Amino acid sequence: MPASYFDVDGTLIRTNLLHPTAFYLINQGSPTKALARIAKAAFSAPVLAFSEWRDRRAFNESLYALYEGMTEDRLFVLADEAYEKVLEPAIYPGARDLVAQCKAQGHRVVFVSGSLDFLVKRLANELGADDIIANRLEFRSRKATGKLLPPVVAGPAKAKIIRDHARSHGLQLDDCFAYSDSLSDVPMLSVVGHPAVVHPDAALERLARANQWPVLRLDGLS
Amino acid sequence: MNHPCVITLDKKSPPRTLFSGDKLVKVDLPAGTRVIYPKPPLAGLKDPDAAIRYAINHPHGSPPLYAKLKPGMKVTIAVDDISVCLPPMKRPDVRQRVLEIVLEQMRDHGVDDVHIIIATSFHRRMREWELRNMLGDKIVDAYWPKKLYNHDAEDPAGMKYVGTTELGEPVVLNRRAVESDLIIYVNLNLVPMDGGHKSVTVGLCGYDSLKPHHNPHVMRKCHSYMDPPKSALNTVVERMGKITDAALDVFTIETTINNRMFDKPLGFLSKKEEDYTMAERAALDAMIYTLDRTPSHLRQEIFQRVPAPYELTGVWAGKTEHVHPHTLKKCFEQYSVPATGQADIVVAGVPYISPYNINAYLNPLLVQVMVEGYLHNLYRGAPVVKKGGTVIAFHPCSDRFDPDQHAPYIEFVHRVLPETRDAMVMHKKYEEEFSKNPSYIELYRKGHAYHPVHPFYMWYWGEAGRQHRGRVILVGPDNEYVPKLLGYETAKTFADALEMAKDTHGRNPAITCMHVPPIGMVDMTPTGSSATSTSSNAALAAHGGEA
Repeated sequence: MPASYFDVDGTLIRTNLLHPTAFYLINQGSPTKALARIAKAAFSAPVLAFSEWRDRRAFNESLYALYEGMTEDRLFVLADEAYEKVLEPAIYPGARDLVAQCKAQGHRVVFVSGSLDFLVKRLANELGADDIIANRLEFRSRKATGKLLPPVVAGPAKAKIIRDHARSHGLQLDDCFAYSDSLSDVPMLSVVGHPAVVHPDAALERLARANQWPVLRLDGLS
Repeated sequence: MNHPCVITLDKKSPPRTLFSGDKLVKVDLPAGTRVIYPKPPLAGLKDPDAAIRYAINHPHGSPPLYAKLKPGMKVTIAVDDISVCLPPMKRPDVRQRVLEIVLEQMRDHGVDDVHIIIATSFHRRMREWELRNMLGDKIVDAYWPKKLYNHDAEDPAGMKYVGTTELGEPVVLNRRAVESDLIIYVNLNLVPMDGGHKSVTVGLCGYDSLKPHHNPHVMRKCHSYMDPPKSALNTVVERMGKITDAALDVFTIETTINNRMFDKPLGFLSKKEEDYTMAERAALDAMIYTLDRTPSHLRQEIFQRVPAPYELTGVWAGKTEHVHPHTLKKCFEQYSVPATGQADIVVAGVPYISPYNINAYLNPLLVQVMVEGYLHNLYRGAPVVKKGGTVIAFHPCSDRFDPDQHAPYIEFVHRVLPETRDAMVMHKKYEEEFSKNPSYIELYRKGHAYHPVHPFYMWYWGEAGRQHRGRVILVGPDNEYVPKLLGYETAKTFADALEMAKDTHGRNPAITCMHVPPIGMVDMTPTGSSATSTSSNAALAAHGGEA
């Protein structure tokens, strides 16, 4: 049985990691706390922009540092609302069909995402994914430390994560599929037998064309 | 006595002008070569709209269309897709003319629930601008996209079972059409393999209903696709079509066009080279010079964007089985050129266009389908080339694909063909895997790609030709490895290719040049002497009087 590995942000949903983060920053216990966190995020913006350009893993680590001090309860309690308000409306029209198609062909559907596990899990339930591999916040005394538990799901690490997943489930990577919108996911796309890019930017599209990978649009604009 | 479209070259004959993809080449064929040209275009109907009105008001085997219409009824109009005609015709397309008249009758009779479905089967979806060219702005503005759309054979909720033939072949068709009170099919019959039961039963079907006939077993038994009684494909489709006809009310409108493929500046390409005027010779030289120096993408644009001035030559309506014989008769009247004596070697140019690459590049798999699928099958009676004969074809055969239209073709050519060229093996080993590829299915359903099994069908399409011919030698390819994947030999020049072919057929082989496009076909009567591999053009002359 093959697996279909999906990047999530930008591939199945139009939002990126910043959107749910912004939701959490705004929805703090008091307006003062919210303002403080937003101000901290604003100061971090140049670092985030630089790391986004330089290294996807560094970007993830910088972004999730903004969660430092948020309580586990608040994050989990607000997860349903974050999903309903931020992620669910952003699901691309074609995403349900593509995932359903993969399921209908007997594929094991796996979401591989830099987003937080408790949010991706909700999306997986909605779309019918079998497994999720997502970033996990580290908690101490029920508060986020602002660090991620290893392995950090980003960039080249996704390729290793997929390899490990396939091996542990007895899957042949040559038979497997992978979908992503991001140039940083080229390693993940390269390890499977059937890669495809989804609404790529110009650089990824050039690469996809050169490698003769299918180019999909799930946003209903084709 | 030769048919006027059949000539035999002598030492003073000028070179022939053949297509090599989107370029033209002058080919010096040896004296004694028989050249078969398409017939000149039949005269178009003087008043196409009047002819269409007459046809739907005086149908065959059915009450007139107006008598079938009742207020409030549910009607689906299915229309042939962009695969016909080649290249797309000047506006207004025949289908637009027919639709405008049919829709007017709908309105007059209070029929509002009308959907127009492009009967793409496993072909790619048509784009809005392509529909505007085909159906006109008025219809597209009024119906697109909710009531005018492409058929989707992979929509799980969009297909409905109709019945099964006595041989167990399931007929599963577009749900909207099946659930309609009336289906009207608007056909554009380019060649004799089009139309008839193929329109609804193939155009609106899904994979389960394609499998019984789109497979190498059936394709091998087609002699030829263009001769319906001798086509196993047609036999299966007719059997399934009877199930469709028994269950559904289908009103068929079939149309034929002439073969006026080239408009005035290029009109000389349809003529015999002997008949070129001085001005046309100069125009040809200028064109060859320019095309040789024009970038490939621009050449493609030039050819693909120039519509053809086809004219309507006939229109008939009514019950499918009553209508189609009239259509076929007109098709053969346009295309059939009688000839006697098969050839050891057939020479032909492969043009830039096929039914499956409108607004895209003719990729290597489609080169194969043109050589072994279409060129080989342009006959009734017997193939133009003898059993074991050689085909010399002109095309660059570049390793180039349109990634949007032909995404699954790329994998087929570069993954399946290196493993096997045996259609039976690929049918068993790879077809199912491709048919389930979610990326390709998504591209077919939401993008503009052919269905993932379409490249297999393209290979099967060449199966009868492949079983019959001996060698294929491609002249002027820009690479060696792609022709090799297709099982073709290569030569730099026609002279080299001819020398290679003579290794098989002796020093004085019977050579026939099929001067297409425009489309023409041959009613071939084989002769006893030409059945031997060493028969000469002199022998051909003795038996057929054509050398």
